[in-house]
Amino acid sequence: MRWLEWTFLAFLISIPLWVTDQYFIHILITTGIFVIAAMSLNLLLGYTGQLSLGHVAFFGIGAYASALLSLGFDVSLGGGLGIAVDPKPVWLAFLAGIVMAGLAGWFIGKLSFKVRGAYFVIVTISFAEVTRMVALNWIDLTEGPMALSSIPPFAIYIPGLFEETFYKKVPNYYIMLAVGTLSYVAIQRTVGSRFGRAMIALRENEPLAQSVGVPVTRFLLLAAVMSAAIAGAAGGLYAHYIRIVDPDIFLFIYTVTMVIMVITGGKGTLAGPVVGGILFGILPELLRDFAIPEVQWMIYGLLMILIVFFLPQGIVPAVTSLFAGRGTRRQRDAQPGVGGGQPTQSHSE
Amino acid sequence: MDQLLQHVANAIILGGTYALLGVGLTLVFGIMKVVNFTHGELYTFGAYMVYLLVVPLGLDFFVAIAFSIIMGIMLGALLEFLLLRPIRGADIDTTMLVMIGAWIILQNAEQFTWSGIAKSIPTPFSADPLVLGTVSVSWNRVFVFLTAIAMIVAVNAVIQRTKLGQAMRATFQDRDTAMLMGVNINLIYMATFAIGSGLAATAGALLGPVFVVTPTMGNLAALKAFAIVIMGGLGNFWGAAIGGFILAFVEEFGAGYISSGYRDAMGFLLIILVLMYRPTGLFSQKERIG
Repeated sequence: MRWLEWTFLAFLISIPLWVTDQYFIHILITTGIFVIAAMSLNLLLGYTGQLSLGHVAFFGIGAYASALLSLGFDVSLGGGLGIAVDPKPVWLAFLAGIVMAGLAGWFIGKLSFKVRGAYFVIVTISFAEVTRMVALNWIDLTEGPMALSSIPPFAIYIPGLFEETFYKKVPNYYIMLAVGTLSYVAIQRTVGSRFGRAMIALRENEPLAQSVGVPVTRFLLLAAVMSAAIAGAAGGLYAHYIRIVDPDIFLFIYTVTMVIMVITGGKGTLAGPVVGGILFGILPELLRDFAIPEVQWMIYGLLMILIVFFLPQGIVPAVTSLFAGRGTRRQRDAQPGVGGGQPTQSHSE
Repeated sequence: MDQLLQHVANAIILGGTYALLGVGLTLVFGIMKVVNFTHGELYTFGAYMVYLLVVPLGLDFFVAIAFSIIMGIMLGALLEFLLLRPIRGADIDTTMLVMIGAWIILQNAEQFTWSGIAKSIPTPFSADPLVLGTVSVSWNRVFVFLTAIAMIVAVNAVIQRTKLGQAMRATFQDRDTAMLMGVNINLIYMATFAIGSGLAATAGALLGPVFVVTPTMGNLAALKAFAIVIMGGLGNFWGAAIGGFILAFVEEFGAGYISSGYRDAMGFLLIILVLMYRPTGLFSQKERIG
């Protein structure tokens, strides 16, 4: 599978060389941002088996934190206390956004991993709703529904030597690609490690994993922090590329989009979110000409139901098992995680 | 003091419909182990049915409400038959994903059919409110409250006193044993989902005329219903009913005395607090489910 990953990366790098349509590049960037978010969700949903439906909160926190730090802000917390921050360089703001999202992941993980199943799902939804309400109502900080605008784009700045601000699409495309590749490699390394095997063990059978000494809550928390941080990175990319952030980025529908991407592509596989993300990033563009958004969403919903009914493992495992059927079984099993040769059994309640 | 009494009155009136929403959701979870994401859409559906019957068709207001409840029950039965029966026995995450898909389809179908413009429904109630001392409540809201309470009592009677209710309780305790005793599980599940959906549609039909009707009105209603059900403990009938009133009180007083902008966030903060200190809900005796 390794050669496939390299070929695909080379293909992605080459795209701006032969595609001149700027709108198409724009679609690729936004799709890529969603792919990164979906990859981060997959770490929780696919590998630890926790259906987190508040994932958009981490995306939004990353976007807001990064945007606010690069713009600078001045809020009073009442009682004469206040925080004033001067505008920071974009790369620093971006990193801080990742850290903030990771912290939020730690906090919400601490809180919600006390419960499982339906309770967990509802706590995560509630958390995302609370963050949306805060973004909407804390107008001193977030501008509320008026949105944060004129967010500076990414820039390279070496004092006295070189200065370049990336307003154009192609540099932003490469930044997205770099962050995406880094996230992919980070997730790949993680799930291939001892830690990743422990995550999968506790997805398959939590009491058993616990009984053989896997510190379940600690590992879940680590997965949540990493997942949140990557989602925050996607949010930061979004903020500095689109350059406007409003409370609507916390809408539940975006979490649903990420979930659809992961489920369609194949949860618990590395390539799944990439395949699902690209599919659902490109699909709206293909549908745009003959379907209004409502109909588009109805098609999404229908697809989601059909996939759960007829292709519950997702596209990637279905395709891999199709190819692996011809090869030897041993080869397939020799690569746990990569491409996810084995169909994953989701845990039952 | 006057303000305090008014807040109490508002909270009690609001609590009735919240309890109705919560009970419908908790029934479906308790008996079927399904987190019903279409709950809010059934709520919206109920409100639009009343609008359709009253405004373009010119039907009597009360007849329209009764009809829309029946339509909600039928839609619920249909959804159960189409979506949940084929995946009976699947794990909770799978059914959740299917219900999310159904929720997206229903919501966008509503948006598609009715467009985004808010609709208002005329009521036959007099504009003069009911005044008790310093507290005033509109007659429409009094009607909403009384109907909501009547529905909750009626559903409780069905569960406690009828053969169907007995079978539902048996299924709740132990599905497999109930099956062995000759309970028709498919029928019980369909009835449960239909009743749950009917209650959501009732809440929508009652509140539609109080507020305005929009295609996305169900989102917040569904999230609040989740909050209520978590507070009461998933699957706990009276927990959900009481949880509805607790949420209404917290929202009303939070909005009145703390910040009205965060009114809708109160419920979620409440869930987070409940889960921190009593993860199985305020009234649970059993271990948590899931």
